[in-house]
Amino acid sequence: MQENVLLQMRQIEKSFPGVRALGGVDFTLRKGEIHALMGENGAGKSTLIKILTGVYHMDSGEVRVEGEKVSIHSPQDAQNKGISTVYQEITLCPNITVAENMFIGREKGIWINHKEREKRADEILGKLGIPARAKQQLGSCSLAVQQMVAIARAVDMQCKVLILDEPTSSLDDKEVKMLFDLMRDLKSRGVGIIFVTHFLEQVYEVSDRITVLRNGELVGEYLTEELPQVELVSKMIGKELEELSSMGEGDDKNAEAGEIFYEAEGLSSSETYPFNFNIRKGEVNGFTGLLGSGRSESVRAIFGADKVGGGSVKIKGKPVKITKPIDAMKNGIGYLAEDRKRDGIIAELSVRENIILALQVMNGMFKPISRSEAEAFADEYIKVLNIKTASRETPVGSLSGGNQQKVILARWLLTHPDYLILDEPTRGIDVGTKLEIQKLVLKLAEEGVSVTFISSEVEEMLRTCSRLIVMRDKHIVGELKGSDLNQTQVMKTIAGGEA
Amino acid sequence: MKNGKRNIFKGGLGQLTIPIVSICLLLLFNLIKGLITKDLSFFSIELVRNNFGNMVLSGNLISIINGASELAVLAMGMTLVTAACGGQDISVGAAAAIAGSMFVKVVKTGSSISGMKVLLAFLAACMIACLFAAFNGTLVAVFKIQPMIATLILYTCGRSIAYWINGGATPTVSSPIISGIGSFIPGVPIPTPVIIVVVMAIIFKLVFHFTSIELFTQSVGINGSAARLNGINSTFIKLLSFIILGVCVAVAGTIGVSRLGLINHETLLLDVEMDTILAVAIGGNSLGGGKFKISGSIIGAYVIQTLTITLYAMKVSSTDVKAFKAIVIIILVVIGSPVVKTWFGKFVGKYFKKNKQLAVKGAE
Repeated sequence: MQENVLLQMRQIEKSFPGVRALGGVDFTLRKGEIHALMGENGAGKSTLIKILTGVYHMDSGEVRVEGEKVSIHSPQDAQNKGISTVYQEITLCPNITVAENMFIGREKGIWINHKEREKRADEILGKLGIPARAKQQLGSCSLAVQQMVAIARAVDMQCKVLILDEPTSSLDDKEVKMLFDLMRDLKSRGVGIIFVTHFLEQVYEVSDRITVLRNGELVGEYLTEELPQVELVSKMIGKELEELSSMGEGDDKNAEAGEIFYEAEGLSSSETYPFNFNIRKGEVNGFTGLLGSGRSESVRAIFGADKVGGGSVKIKGKPVKITKPIDAMKNGIGYLAEDRKRDGIIAELSVRENIILALQVMNGMFKPISRSEAEAFADEYIKVLNIKTASRETPVGSLSGGNQQKVILARWLLTHPDYLILDEPTRGIDVGTKLEIQKLVLKLAEEGVSVTFISSEVEEMLRTCSRLIVMRDKHIVGELKGSDLNQTQVMKTIAGGEA
Repeated sequence: MKNGKRNIFKGGLGQLTIPIVSICLLLLFNLIKGLITKDLSFFSIELVRNNFGNMVLSGNLISIINGASELAVLAMGMTLVTAACGGQDISVGAAAAIAGSMFVKVVKTGSSISGMKVLLAFLAACMIACLFAAFNGTLVAVFKIQPMIATLILYTCGRSIAYWINGGATPTVSSPIISGIGSFIPGVPIPTPVIIVVVMAIIFKLVFHFTSIELFTQSVGINGSAARLNGINSTFIKLLSFIILGVCVAVAGTIGVSRLGLINHETLLLDVEMDTILAVAIGGNSLGGGKFKISGSIIGAYVIQTLTITLYAMKVSSTDVKAFKAIVIIILVVIGSPVVKTWFGKFVGKYFKKNKQLAVKGAE
């Protein structure tokens, strides 16, 4: 068995100022296995990965590759030792060709043989069954193919250990399947794959072994087939599953809510076709559909985030004009954007500043929230939403993803919105926080706030929404409520005639 | 707290560490040199009677803080532009020449020079400076042109515009009021430009206290997309930062003109733009925008001036000064770079770890 071991990390410790990120974690990867690394946000997954790839340096511990003790100084160093990473965000250059991307920075000397290079690239792509051509511009490939090219690049660099960090979060089902086929192919070639993801089903579909971390400690290593999904979840969040099951599915929490709060007729933006939409006071509804179906674009149109094309909007029956975000905010609408990093957090500013931002904007430039008031607000929401941060003055960029999301939620809650739009509030965050956010949504609805909820996970939407608007190819193709609110019906509607 | 010491060391001064340490190093250098040569005249401050018969402070330190005034004022405005737009305005020198020319033009109209007229002249200078700043700001905020490219236009033609304002002449203005602005107000031993810097700094402080410009500017600079989705009008914020810089330009131009008692559109605040950008950088502000500290930039301006005066005091010829300045600045900037900071942080970390281990061993 020892011979099979490809990578061994033993007693890895790493602390950041004020936080112990990893306290003596072991991790073993064998040849030709897909090993899922699981844990909530802040469990230490990314820290462990970053130590392995040379981004961070461990405080103590030992790393062995094929039995040999190594110290990894930099990402370049890691690559030379056969450890390659493909990150969640594609880190290649979209505006040059596939072949150039595969060989960039790897050639010796300054002379480049384009022909030779393209031939070699096509060879590798063919071998791995990746549907891309060497001469193609990378940007013209789909995201999945781009990701595969990144993997092909790693594989061609003779990698023994391949780390896939959330590779599937922006792919659709078909693309995920393609990626998994590639992973299985690599596995049969003896590559060890570390697979980091939040999607539980995917772990069960593709992985052989699971290592679970919690709060920087090792919970254990398990064979995937011997660990039921429910148990995995409880190991990750460290509490019993009563809470999970206590949230009933599909009971009509808020179906018969109050009068219509928001109503749009023929609303369109530069990114959408005209559509009709309304939401009642205290109602939770959702937009669902595949990625790119127009669900995000629709809510962006409601908030005035994109250039508004036309249509009429009424709030509480009164016509209003919403052409930019501030108009929506003044009408009591809050919007948590899909892309937390790009559209949500102001990374270098403190938790306090991030929390008060929207309220401050609504108050206007000449009515600043005083420091003491801001501190009180921040402390309150850190407590209410259970935000894990060293202090309210910590830059928000240094928090874990789930906690960043809570900060943005706090930002909007502080404005006391009548209508809150949450676009993928639970993407890329851990199970525990997901539940907290779902509960919060229901609680808000009880208090009379209207919520529009978007999530890639249909289950989550079924749990929270009393009405689902289904979109396909930028058009609303159906509206489900009551007894129609079940997984099969949603899938059928999404798939449409072809199903 | 266990690591209290380390935290103070690393985070206590934060952004201001580099500028404060730089200025201390420069002063220390002068002190050591003074002790070796037994000549501490660099540090002497005397109360002397000037040409107008006023008792005024004099000495190298005074000429440092006095001479840095224009730079300090410009650096304050430049900090805001840098933070909001992630780029710099390289036309401040030329714009100051325009503002100065306007100031002289208005002062020169009519015969007598009254306080009212000087105030009017200053307002006119402000107007024209803000006008050109708005031009720059529009190019940057509305047309999304790189700040350096956008301001290159005014950098190129600004001094010609200044030339036209006074019909090509370099008129002199002599009046007690003007010299009161440029050097000393009778009865006040502190140079007026220094007082103006203090007033400007206080105004900035008050503006930041009574408005949320600081938060909005930083938000726009760090993440424009998120700022927009939170309802911040980033075009307006960027434009505003340029307008505020415009006011600073007018103040600096007025000080410059009053100091000399004449306007020379070719030489007034020549090459000041690069020093201004440098002051912002030495102040620990990211030239890519985002978080900023005005106080850092002000200290940065004094660092540059201290360096210049130190070199002059060492009898370095004015042609050589620039080369020496460049060397010192390279050192400062490299020390302040994130790479060195990380190394330093690691070094400090190791040192404390060692100490801790020693302490543990001692306890055993």
